[in-house]
Amino acid sequence: MSKTVALTGNLACAHAMRQINPDVVAAYPITPQTTIVEEFSTFVANGQVDTEYVTVESEHSAMSACVGASAAGSRVITATSSQGLALMWEILYIASALRLPIVMHNVNRTLAGPINIHCDHQDSMGARDSGWIQIHCENAQEAYDTTIQAIRIAEDSRVSLPVLVCLDGFIISHAIDRLDMLDDPEVKKFVGEFEPRVTMLDPEEPITVGPFDGLHGQFFEFRRAQELATLGSLPVIEEVGKEYGAVSGRPYGLIEEYKLDDAEIAILVLGSTAGTTRVVVDDLRADGVKAGLLKIRSFRPFPIKQITDALSGVKAVAVLDRSLSPGAIGAPVFQEVRSALYDSESRVPIINFIYGLGGRDVSMAHLKEAFDVLSDIVKTGQVKQTINYLGLRE
Amino acid sequence: MASLRELSKKKDYLTGGHRLCAGCGHSIAVRQVLLASEDPVVVGCATGCLEVSTTIYPYTAWKCSYIHNAFENVAATISGVESAYQALKRRGKVDKELKFVAFGGDGGTYDIGLQSLSGALERGHNMLYVCLDNGAYMNTGIQRSSATPKGAWTTTTPVGSVRPGKPRKRKDLTAICADHNIPYVAQASISHWKDLHAKAAKALQADGPAFLNILSPCPRGWRHPSDQTVKMAKLGVQTGFWPLYEVENGVWKVTVKVREPKPVAEWFKLQGRFKHLFAPGNEALLADLQGDVDSQLERILARCESTQE
Ligand SMILES: Cc1ncc(C[n+]2csc(CCOP(=O)(O)OP(=O)(O)O)c2C)c(N)n1
Ligand code: SF4
Ligand SMILES: [Mg+2]
Repeated sequence: MSKTVALTGNLACAHAMRQINPDVVAAYPITPQTTIVEEFSTFVANGQVDTEYVTVESEHSAMSACVGASAAGSRVITATSSQGLALMWEILYIASALRLPIVMHNVNRTLAGPINIHCDHQDSMGARDSGWIQIHCENAQEAYDTTIQAIRIAEDSRVSLPVLVCLDGFIISHAIDRLDMLDDPEVKKFVGEFEPRVTMLDPEEPITVGPFDGLHGQFFEFRRAQELATLGSLPVIEEVGKEYGAVSGRPYGLIEEYKLDDAEIAILVLGSTAGTTRVVVDDLRADGVKAGLLKIRSFRPFPIKQITDALSGVKAVAVLDRSLSPGAIGAPVFQEVRSALYDSESRVPIINFIYGLGGRDVSMAHLKEAFDVLSDIVKTGQVKQTINYLGLRE
Repeated sequence: MASLRELSKKKDYLTGGHRLCAGCGHSIAVRQVLLASEDPVVVGCATGCLEVSTTIYPYTAWKCSYIHNAFENVAATISGVESAYQALKRRGKVDKELKFVAFGGDGGTYDIGLQSLSGALERGHNMLYVCLDNGAYMNTGIQRSSATPKGAWTTTTPVGSVRPGKPRKRKDLTAICADHNIPYVAQASISHWKDLHAKAAKALQADGPAFLNILSPCPRGWRHPSDQTVKMAKLGVQTGFWPLYEVENGVWKVTVKVREPKPVAEWFKLQGRFKHLFAPGNEALLADLQGDVDSQLERILARCESTQE
């Protein structure tokens, strides 16, 4: 049995955490993540969870304590944003290398400077190579559902990796949305009991965690093993998404297609902008334009095959990036999608739109503008400009 | 208090065969601390000489569970381990009594790890934090730290034609920890094993966080022969450079009284890192350093007097 509620994305995440009732939460507040830890604090204060809640003095210590708690053999969740994620950067790599199934919300906010509290994906793109699985959510419902699934993905014995659950700051985190919640026992059953691979708390079986790799060590092999585990999580993310669908009626995959089957032009995007794009696609369809949407849910691992298959029939694609990589050939998602399409038979024309930096609004008109450029490419067979900016004051 | 004979029969959590230099103070300190635990221990270690020398993959010198995370975060890391223990104990998944001990060098504690340590002490975890103070970043080649004595040569405070080694005084970390108002804080030295053992035992039994600052000579960095380690630690105490005291529930107490401290120069002259102080023209600097040692002792004695019932 599920119940329909009206909650902000952050409160939806906090409620998912309450239902999971993890052993340890170590977290530090930062806008726009703060209401997650505040709400969770009230659950602790009211005895609605019996989690050991560690109110650390920084995000660096938050992730450090999470590593200690997870290595000790407990189920661990935390949350952050922006500068906080950046401050954790050093320890993100250690958490994934130790193969610790920590789950963390990242409420997406840009990185200073100038200091700015609003949404873009610059922060989580900085964690791109850290070895964390990275899943992006479109709305509060997905943020709630993905939190619960993330526990299962992270702890799966084929994976054993930390998972970053990304939701757009303010747009998802602070807007009240309608969503369906599972009952507490259903969540408890879905996530199950945590069976740690190792524990530091059994004196009969002592273990050394985080040894020094020496001068002629195994570093390369460890990193490769980590890569294989990350790639191996692709079917696990799908399996867990399907199983979650059976329980909730909301199945999830690695990507989500919208009116893509017969589409000639398509936008590929992560996060909340997928919702706006959906409406624009409908409007264009009403005008007879064959527009479609491809939303990427799993950014790490990057589902290359699913993406190239989904785009195989289109005649022009625009990748929307909510971050900027100064001096590179376009932004990160674009680079990756274009690289994936290079080997595909169709070699469809592909352009990049950088948008929404520092919380710059992205309107339906902007997305319409992007689709218009695509229509023009299909008509003329020519790409006038590969890297474009939406909503930039020039 | 256990006798030496009894201690020699206790389980040693750090085995021989590790790669610390001959004469390194760190392994002596670690053994002396862990021998004082009546319960099994779980150890956290900051990046530094102790860490790199005891866990060269695929070997480990640790017979207890051990975690190394990074350089500046051993306090936060062990606080996470201890939190997992509290949670799992509450949920009936762990029942044994365990002790949690973090080891950090002076660099990992006085400098880059100070915030992490301060946070963990304030949060009140049941843990013992041990700083192994050898007065420099030895693992990376003897660079200065805020524990390096004034006037000492290091590779980042070299002795040049205009600068005679480290220009500034040490930070008083033991007092900083004591001012966190935690149950137990003490300063100890590997040369005074009975004193150290008693302090470690108290620290491990404290209800809440405890901090031990241990003088741990480094033959490489101090530039003394490796068979002089214990003597160097002893002279550190006897000159008043490293007073042995404890702060138990806010009450300060000197645990080993030094009736007539030797001139600090007697300690300095045995260490290559202070060699330049004895060159002609540096007499005033040497007198200045003696003054610093004297005033530090006065400060500690004054706090002992003002807090004793
Ligand atoms: C963030 C970070 N900065 C710098 C280093 C390099 N580093 C490793 S150990 C070390 C010095 C350790 O000195 P200390 O803590 O005094 O321990 P010792 O080796 O002297 O026992 C430094 C600077 C690092 N590993 N991580
Ligand atoms: S350099 Fe110094 S601290 Fe490091 S192992 Fe050698 S003696 Fe010990
Ligand atoms: Mg040192």
